[in-house]
Amino acid sequence: MRIVRTTTAVIGALGVLTLSACGAAETGKKDAVGGDKTVKLTVPSWVGAQANTAVAAHILKNELGYTVKTQQMGEVLAWDALSKGDIDAIMEDWGHPKEEKQYVTTKKTVVKGGDLGVTGHIGWFVPKYFADKHPDVTDYKNLNKYAKDFKTGESGDKGEILEGSPDYVTNDDALINNLKLNLKTNYSGSEAAQITAIKKYAKEQKPFLTYWWTPQWLNEQVDMVEVKLPEYKTGCDADPKKIACAYPNTPLQKYFNADFAKNGGKAAEFLKNFKWTTEQQNQVALMIAGEKMSPEAAAEKWVKENEATWKAWLPKK
Amino acid sequence: MTAVATAPTKETPALRALLKNRVQRKLLALSVAALVLVPLGIALWGSGSWPTGLTVDVSGPLDDANQWVIDNRDTHPLFLYFLLHLSNTATDAVDAVYGFLDSMGWLGVLAAGVLFAWRAAGLGRRGIKVAATAFGAFAVCGLLGMWDATLITIALMVVSVAVAALLGVLIGLAAGLFGRVDRALRPVLDTMQVLPAFAYLLPFVLVFGTGTPAALFCTVIYAAPPMARLTALGLRGADPAVLEASASLGASGWQRLRTARLPLARKQMLLGLNQTIMMALSMVVIAALVGAGGLGEAVYSALSTVDVGKALAAGVPIVLIAVWLDRTTAAAGDRIGESTPGGGLLHGRSAWALVLGGVVAAAAAGLALGRTWPQGWTYDISSPVNKAQEWITENLTFTEILSREFTLWILNPLRDALVWLPWWSLLLLVAAVAWLVGTWATALTATLSMGAIGVLGVWGKSLDTLSQVLAALVLTLALGVLAGIFCARAGRLERWLRPVLDAMQTMPQFVYLIPVVALFGVTRASAIIAAVVYALPAVVRITTQGLREVDPAALEASRSLGASTRQQLLQVQLPLARPALQLAVNQGVVLVLAVVVVGGLVGGGALGYDVVKGLSRGEMGLGMTAGVAIVCLGLVLDRITQPATRKTG
Repeated sequence: MRIVRTTTAVIGALGVLTLSACGAAETGKKDAVGGDKTVKLTVPSWVGAQANTAVAAHILKNELGYTVKTQQMGEVLAWDALSKGDIDAIMEDWGHPKEEKQYVTTKKTVVKGGDLGVTGHIGWFVPKYFADKHPDVTDYKNLNKYAKDFKTGESGDKGEILEGSPDYVTNDDALINNLKLNLKTNYSGSEAAQITAIKKYAKEQKPFLTYWWTPQWLNEQVDMVEVKLPEYKTGCDADPKKIACAYPNTPLQKYFNADFAKNGGKAAEFLKNFKWTTEQQNQVALMIAGEKMSPEAAAEKWVKENEATWKAWLPKK
Repeated sequence: MTAVATAPTKETPALRALLKNRVQRKLLALSVAALVLVPLGIALWGSGSWPTGLTVDVSGPLDDANQWVIDNRDTHPLFLYFLLHLSNTATDAVDAVYGFLDSMGWLGVLAAGVLFAWRAAGLGRRGIKVAATAFGAFAVCGLLGMWDATLITIALMVVSVAVAALLGVLIGLAAGLFGRVDRALRPVLDTMQVLPAFAYLLPFVLVFGTGTPAALFCTVIYAAPPMARLTALGLRGADPAVLEASASLGASGWQRLRTARLPLARKQMLLGLNQTIMMALSMVVIAALVGAGGLGEAVYSALSTVDVGKALAAGVPIVLIAVWLDRTTAAAGDRIGESTPGGGLLHGRSAWALVLGGVVAAAAAGLALGRTWPQGWTYDISSPVNKAQEWITENLTFTEILSREFTLWILNPLRDALVWLPWWSLLLLVAAVAWLVGTWATALTATLSMGAIGVLGVWGKSLDTLSQVLAALVLTLALGVLAGIFCARAGRLERWLRPVLDAMQTMPQFVYLIPVVALFGVTRASAIIAAVVYALPAVVRITTQGLREVDPAALEASRSLGASTRQQLLQVQLPLARPALQLAVNQGVVLVLAVVVVGGLVGGGALGYDVVKGLSRGEMGLGMTAGVAIVCLGLVLDRITQPATRKTG
């Protein structure tokens, strides 16, 4: 019984301690390190977005004198952190309608930051060496003819279409069903696994069909051709089960935390002005992924060589 | 582990006869039951998959809860007065530890690591060896250019291990003192270890925020059970004579706990701490998924550029930290109860003072040299490793054929058979097997778990995962027991294998994700390879130890009767080591299930993929459902493979 009494006493004491030590907790954590001159950015997992973040961070640091903290996390988590103010800006977003509705429209904790200038596009791709030999493979109507070429151990009698990470938006199962294709999806589960598989196929010059997108640094190393799907029209992807059309072109967006957009001063203004082209982003991305440079070094090199471009992003004095 | 040594040896024949008899009786009853139930099943439900009418969709309520948290976390008192304090405290604690380490300078941290290792392992050769290991570990972390990341990871480890150990001891105390609490807690502890962290990472992020807090609390959940289990085991295993003696001297319950039971359990508790540290380290990469930084982040970001060398450069320090902590805590554990000769400058308090003085001196000297590891003293292993990896994957072409054949001839038939079996017959099968090897209670648990999978609406996917888990399990056990037998017979082989096994166990699976895919392709075979790599070391270790601890007298007797080496092994050693082998099977099940999620990242699909998808798409219902199904699979497999240990123990 002594034990019970002692335990109760300890728990009670701890409880009192917790309660007395503090009232309501701070919801937004203060940053002691750099005070107001700190900008927090998220680093998404794919290289193109790393390039944006690295270049932005480099200029914020060296031209505007900010401390930049970067944090790596998944896309949906980043949206949540943006809403809470744990991070200030997402530099590249491929479209998250659910989060947009929740945080931008309803809660108003996140605001749009404008176009990044890069247009993203998702589609089905085959390697160029295969398309050169069989030009008609680039139309979805002929895919069934080539299904046997795309066969793997995982796809059984059907042709395999290689899928990516669970992060990505995909309508492929519906597309296969609605377009009556003799294909089967194989979910690789991560971008790294998908890229490794593509590189392996390319080295052996084997035919393959994959869910893929541009801009992507790998496209500079493995030449791929898009397969034409039925044309995209607004609203044709409204019902996920009935989708039978291509993926849209997505002008990639920037998003800011609402407080940051209002009180972020020069940093917010600069990030709002940040806008470059697909080619420019690819230059940096390829330095990181192809030449294995660190994102910081790649950003530094690009900034040194493209002064005219980024000078225009700086806030007017 | 102690149960292994005390396995009954005399009663084996009687026990076996009894068992045989019982099994025969049960078989008879089962065949009668089958004759009645199978036609009934066919008549009632026919064949095929779990009927949709019998499912309950739990993702709706879970997603609602998710939404409630998002809407209320800035205003609700539960958050303002409790949960937010927790997360702020967590962040502050980790920041403080990191700041402290950073302020010591690299030389100070190095000196601290080495001197504490030396102090813990004692004087003499052992102490020097452990200290040298510590020195090597820290030096390599610096050389690989991972100094700062290593400090961040160590800071997170220090705080999470401290919290996990405290929680573990509290749970362990309750479980060790009260038998009923122990029985009630056991499934909770099992769930804490088998439920994939990916599944509850999302709710933790929503409640506690990204970065340190979510990572910290997830690590604590995963790492606390070993501490709790071993503390309880230690308390219950205390010598009754000692307790009796202290009671007769008039000690109260509290005094007895403090002066007799806890000190007697010290060895077990230290082993628990050791295991807790290892478990916590295996969460480093998962912590990086929510932005906790450190070595995990380096591994994770190397993945996006498909850079094995960079991932390895961050993975090696994780292994080295594990080896350093493992050797240090193990050496400290071995020394407990040893008598320390005399006093002198190098023992007791004065030795601690010496350690402290040394660290302070080194830190002071180091600060003159600069706080972080000198840039010039780093070596980039990225490009040689990548070249080596490319060479290997280009020249090993048979692996792809192997994985293809394995998928076609083993995995596909196994999965198809499981899917083809009518759902009710699978339930009957599970019930029958569980009853055959255990009691009606085990059969009930196993069947209910299997049924729960169907009710959750993930029947098909779970069977897919089950077929992969079974294949991985068979492979792991075959290889592991074989390697264990060799290790038990050749001590040198074991010493050689030890660092390899250490690396296999603590190297984050994310590091070998790319090589596995490069060798075996995006298939379920890759997922199985990843699982085997992770689960193998434990099976090898437990088998080796079990065989080693077989009563030497029994071996001697069989040798004198003229048994050959093979006969000795098959008829004496292996049967006597049965409890150890059963433990190996149990660990095989738990560990293979722990990497189902990683399998989802290399083409394993099914439940593992759903768990990852739940986290990355913010669909809590999906991830949680798949996670719970994995726990249920674990329960089923555990119940139908773990009979006798419970009966004899």
